[in-house]
Amino acid sequence: MSVIFLLIGLSLLVAGGFLAAFVWAVRSGQYEDTGTPALRVLAEEPSAPRSRTAPACPPQPNDRNRP
Amino acid sequence: MGWIGDRVGVALRKSSLPTEPDTPAPSDQGRDGGTSVCRHCGTPCGAAAVRNGAHVFCCHGCKTVFDLLQQHGLGRFYDLSPTPGLRVTQPADPRLFAHLDDPAVQDRLVEFSDGRFHRVTLSIPTIHCVACVWLLENLFQLREGIGRSEVNFGRRELHVTYDAQRLRLSELVALLASLGYEPVFRLGDTAQRSSPAQSVRLWLQLGVAGFAFGNVMMLSFPSYLGLEPRDSPGIRWFLGLVSLGLSLPVLLYSAADYWRAAWQALRHRTVTLDLPIAAGLLALFGQSLWEIGTQTGEGYLDSLTGLVFFLLCGRWFQNKSYERLSFDADYQAFFPLSVTRCTEQGEEVVPVARLRVGDRLRLRHGELLPADARLVEGRAEMDYSFVTGESEPVRRRPGDLLYAGGQQIGGSIVVEVVKPVSQSYLSSLWARLARPAEEHRSFQTLTNRLSRWFVAGVALVALGSAWAWGVTSGPSMALKTFTAVLIVACPCALALSAPFALGTVQRWLARNQIFLKNSQVLERLARVTTIVFDKTGTLTTAGTDRLRWVGPALSPSEQTAVRVLAEQSTHPLARQLANSLHALADEARGSTAAGWPGSPGAGLEWFREHPGRGMEGRVQGREVWLGSAYWLRARGVSIPEACMRTAHAVHVAIDGVYRGSFQLQRALRRGAEALTRRLAGRFELALLSGDQPRERALFQRLLGPGAWMAFRQSPEDKQEFVRRLQQGGRVVMMVGDGLNDAGALRQSDVGVAVVEDIGAFSPASDVILEARRVAELPELLALARNAVRVVYVCFGLSLLYNAVGLTLAVQGRLSPLVAAILMPLSSVTVVSTACALGLWVGKRSGLASAHGPEGWKP
Repeated sequence: MSVIFLLIGLSLLVAGGFLAAFVWAVRSGQYEDTGTPALRVLAEEPSAPRSRTAPACPPQPNDRNRP
Repeated sequence: MGWIGDRVGVALRKSSLPTEPDTPAPSDQGRDGGTSVCRHCGTPCGAAAVRNGAHVFCCHGCKTVFDLLQQHGLGRFYDLSPTPGLRVTQPADPRLFAHLDDPAVQDRLVEFSDGRFHRVTLSIPTIHCVACVWLLENLFQLREGIGRSEVNFGRRELHVTYDAQRLRLSELVALLASLGYEPVFRLGDTAQRSSPAQSVRLWLQLGVAGFAFGNVMMLSFPSYLGLEPRDSPGIRWFLGLVSLGLSLPVLLYSAADYWRAAWQALRHRTVTLDLPIAAGLLALFGQSLWEIGTQTGEGYLDSLTGLVFFLLCGRWFQNKSYERLSFDADYQAFFPLSVTRCTEQGEEVVPVARLRVGDRLRLRHGELLPADARLVEGRAEMDYSFVTGESEPVRRRPGDLLYAGGQQIGGSIVVEVVKPVSQSYLSSLWARLARPAEEHRSFQTLTNRLSRWFVAGVALVALGSAWAWGVTSGPSMALKTFTAVLIVACPCALALSAPFALGTVQRWLARNQIFLKNSQVLERLARVTTIVFDKTGTLTTAGTDRLRWVGPALSPSEQTAVRVLAEQSTHPLARQLANSLHALADEARGSTAAGWPGSPGAGLEWFREHPGRGMEGRVQGREVWLGSAYWLRARGVSIPEACMRTAHAVHVAIDGVYRGSFQLQRALRRGAEALTRRLAGRFELALLSGDQPRERALFQRLLGPGAWMAFRQSPEDKQEFVRRLQQGGRVVMMVGDGLNDAGALRQSDVGVAVVEDIGAFSPASDVILEARRVAELPELLALARNAVRVVYVCFGLSLLYNAVGLTLAVQGRLSPLVAAILMPLSSVTVVSTACALGLWVGKRSGLASAHGPEGWKP
């Protein structure tokens, strides 16, 4: 029965991983705008990759989380 | 796709100045024909149509945009929606936006900059469809220097990064404006951006609580099922410790707001529902800690985490706000961001904040005066309806003082600033009006009123049962019962009733295009006793007066002659006359016919204006006189005595013979009569107006003999009027358009802003209602009362659960399993009842929007 200690520990680890993913998703602003992606997908080009992509910009700090 | 057309119509109306005739809104009638509808914006094309191969455009502006997009490989814009474009009324000149390049303005607008790349967020109310999103996110294909752009459709915002060395902000904004997406700038813009941090926090709290709830419940399963491993008692100890570890973040982080609120309530010696919640949470945790520590049980940690999770769900549901709409517009939102300053080098555009005393400004037709100033040159006709409510313009001569807030009508004028913007009459007026907002009468919410009784009841039961058990079975049993009562009485379901019932109704209303500031507005709406209307813009339509011809009919050619002459004047009456005759001629010809018979002024041989009296001219060989009755009589025209007394009229004489008069009447809004008739019996009504009491009799008849009437009211008078009503114990709903009654809207218990165009402009208010739906106010009031009834039903339901739980608790029979079942069960049933009943009363209210629920996504 002592294997249950290990199993519970492992399951909590997995669940904690999902919690971390959720925290990351919230912090990166994915829950801020839940409407636009639904529209954006309608405007996706039918042929897979976009021919042109936005010119490269320097990496931006994630300034959305600023208070 | 009908709603897209409507949105375009809205955008068109917005871009035209209030005194100009409405740009024709697109109608569906021409759409079937295919060829007669503009490829870009969907406006029916008249004879002025512009062709480009197979495509037809209503104007050159639309064609230019179409060609521009085709050139840059953005033709897909037109595949995403049938006619997605916005009509561009005037070419966008980067110089118009030159003030945006001012370092002081940039400091406020640019959110992030590394010296070269700037990031700004622009508010663009005209974003309305998929194609807009696609086009704005592909802006980089249109112009070098634009980087990543991202649309937030819910907020109608565009986040865009651009290379400041290759592109100026003014050029970027001009590009957007030339496509029809002109951003709206407000002076107070950057101050109001605090909500994202709050919502992030709530999401995280909710996530942590949910995570802990699920896991603790899983770890509690052995005890639910009675599986007690006899051979290894260590497991139980281990499960208890893990559960405790999982609950701690919930207690300390997720429930932090409840601790704070309870502490606040204690400090202010008030009773809110947060108190029993905090007491319950504390009792749950303390009892669990004791049981796990002494290995006498497994505690109630599953109930604790579940409770916090459900409470946060309720808070999340309630906090849903409509970010696109501003319910707290400050007075600065009215002001222009920039003005034209005349200097020795010529004219330049400067931000309002940089105006100094002594600066000379040029104001053109329709522009707002931002600071108190002295008229230097030109003839000022200031329309102060914005400030005072009086719709007739005030005439001023050079040397006269002009107060801020007036709108110039007619030609351009030059003024000299005599007071800084912040000290002007308008600013101080608004500052005074803004103050009561902070000390707004705080309404006891239903939940808070109930919680007093609840807290008293729970305390009584807890102490009573503890005493009874203490006498019979000793102090340990007494303590156990005491905590059990606190645990089971934790008013989770009670706290969820109002947020979910009222929140459901609020959301249902928003889907049907009636926007409430928050769900508590419904509680206040349900208690309204007195309704105060502001006349202009609510019961009457602003700007569009009805024109009535009194006298024998004029022939079409005579009508044209009157119109042509009236067009030459800047006098407001003449302008209205010209506009109305335009519209009349338009109707008669239909939209397919050729444009005007000649440009404005066709057939006009000469004319002369007699300021303050009238005008004369010769059109197509006929002598036309327009003006006041006295002036015509003085020129030898014989006028019947009965016609002399009509105020607000333009009298017409052709070739020296009196023909009759055009009388302007404020058009009553459609449904206004039915509205007042339905409200009159049940509420006290009042009417406020900044106008002269010309139409007193009409409105007294409309509102009933008992209604209060007050004319010539300044914005402060209106606010004072509402305050006096409130002092008499009345719950006042103020219905106004928010231009000169903003103070009254704030002062009232429920301020209803009636707006022509949702999203364009809204004053500080509690409810935003589309102007054409004013007649549905009785339904809204009835719905609010029903919503409150739903809350009571849910209160009853949750009290029932509490009674069952309390019965068990006082008998000392509350096991963790019973608590774990009872608590989520009561929460879930109350929440689902609240939502279902909320939707039901919404659907029965008769407020469903004609556009269908998806007509306008908030």
